[in-house]
Amino acid sequence: MQSSFFDELTGFGSFDFISFLENVRREDIQRVLRKESLSELDFLSLLSHQALEYLEPLAQRAQEHTLANFGRVISLYAPLYISNYCDNDCLYCGFKHSNTIQRKKLSVGEVEREAQEIAKSGIRHVLLLTGESKDVAPVSYIKECIQVLNQYFTSVVIEIYPLTQDEYALLIAAGADGLTIYQETYDQNLYHILHTQGPKSDYRFRLDAPQRAAEARMRQINIGALLGLGEFGKDVFFTGLHGRWLQKKYPEVELGVSFPRLQPHAGNFVCTHALSDRELVQSMIAMRLFLPRAGIAISTRENRSLRKNLIGLGVTRMSAGSRTQVGGYALDATKEGQFDIADTSSVDEVKEMIIQKGYQPVCKDWQAL
Amino acid sequence: MEDHLIIAGQVIKNRFFLGTGKFASYPLMKDAIIASRAQMVTVAVRRVDTQAAQDNILKYIPKECIIMANTSGARNADEAVRIARIARAAGCGNWIKIEIIPDNKYLLPDNVQTIQATEVLAKEGFIVMPYMNPDLADARRLYDAGAASIMPLGAPIGTNKGVCLRELIKILVEEISLPIVVDAGIGRPSHAAEAMELGAAAVLVNTAVATAEDPVLTAQAFSLAVKAGRLAYRAGVAAAKDNAEASSPLTGFLR
Repeated sequence: MQSSFFDELTGFGSFDFISFLENVRREDIQRVLRKESLSELDFLSLLSHQALEYLEPLAQRAQEHTLANFGRVISLYAPLYISNYCDNDCLYCGFKHSNTIQRKKLSVGEVEREAQEIAKSGIRHVLLLTGESKDVAPVSYIKECIQVLNQYFTSVVIEIYPLTQDEYALLIAAGADGLTIYQETYDQNLYHILHTQGPKSDYRFRLDAPQRAAEARMRQINIGALLGLGEFGKDVFFTGLHGRWLQKKYPEVELGVSFPRLQPHAGNFVCTHALSDRELVQSMIAMRLFLPRAGIAISTRENRSLRKNLIGLGVTRMSAGSRTQVGGYALDATKEGQFDIADTSSVDEVKEMIIQKGYQPVCKDWQAL
Repeated sequence: MEDHLIIAGQVIKNRFFLGTGKFASYPLMKDAIIASRAQMVTVAVRRVDTQAAQDNILKYIPKECIIMANTSGARNADEAVRIARIARAAGCGNWIKIEIIPDNKYLLPDNVQTIQATEVLAKEGFIVMPYMNPDLADARRLYDAGAASIMPLGAPIGTNKGVCLRELIKILVEEISLPIVVDAGIGRPSHAAEAMELGAAAVLVNTAVATAEDPVLTAQAFSLAVKAGRLAYRAGVAAAKDNAEASSPLTGFLR
């Protein structure tokens, strides 16, 4: 394969992040505040403890950027879990193979019933999710599901196990409009500790997935790290670098970044690097200043009050009325979801919240071609 | 004589065109259209949801307006053509702003693809309004392809930086026998007036209005600035010169 973000990532192999972050001075942040476009180390300095002192002026800048690029608009989407079978054993995940939870895979007919229920709420963008089990939920099955969803939604984004370029091309031809794939952590050592078995233990195959999708001409690509697994500064930094790398190589791609935070779930994983609200806001603002054009999504992992406060700081997309169980909308759902939903508001309630903030909730922001 | 703008045989009374994206609500957008008396409004097809009961943007556009659908999100000529056809099928009429952007960072248009899409859509009977990088040779190609106007950007979309490309736009005004509509980058009413003083036929604004503290008042201000700029152009208000020019002619004694 051609050049990969992996090359840029490994270039930071000997970089001393701790020392850099500790040595950021006030003047550094003040200087970054005056700049129109940020270098990678400017971006990193915004993730330092020192930058917290400037959170308010940084937030003001972030808001200016967001308004200029996206206006007073928040797009809505809903997740749809089609299967929770999984061959991986990610230590932190509720769907991991060794968890004895109820497993379910929706038939294509059941996917349609879920789709109908979601579509009733007015939502026109859907995120299709599945656990990683190529035997139970193969690409051919996902393709059929996408074709059904296309009858109800104007944009179908997939959040599934990483595929080859040809497989992405197949799903794009079937109507997949976007890809969401999180690296979980960019720290290779930590990645291998957390993903001991199953196909997901291949760090590089996952890292290059957004690139393979872009090569296959995926329109929209969303990346992120699962915050709380390791040092957040490093993971947010590499997420930003990954985004910028993709943006440069594939300028036609609509890039998005998410900030999923680890939440309590069915496993017994102890989150040793839990991210505070303040650090989440800091990460989001830093990303907005580094990548002014990137969409930023926030899911119902976060509670209603925080979600409301994040509008205006950089968020451009929100999930609403979400169910993270398989069959959660219209069927006899599984008991456990992939994570606990903190914002249980209905779609109408989320819309109302956005309107109260002086923004417009938008259910359709893409026209399937 | 009335100084109306005519595009594709249609009289357009207001030279201030308004974009409908980025507003905090559709009612607010509607108020801005009414207050500014904008007649030409552009609507992104990607946003139009004809199935939505309340959230259909088209319901908030006053009947007297001309809707110019735009192909926002198109990355090449083929996608733009498909979006244009969807727009027509959805009842948006024949006016189409071709916006082909293969660059999501700067949102700069692709002139080559834009020329191709213009040729196809003009043949299909669309009134084609292509958004472009101000380049004379490409503007001539758009003219040949059947464009109804040329819409060069003043500065990249959403930057509010003003008529940064004024020298190139001036050349289009001089050389192209089509209305030149300055689109994108206009951040203040004074920028809009400047574009009109240069001889632009109209100005299209979106971000600066939609994201203003008071979009309704801001839209009115833009509309007035466009009128003032137009009057100044017609009045031949002295343009800045590169060389000094004596106010009393030096050769006036020669009879």
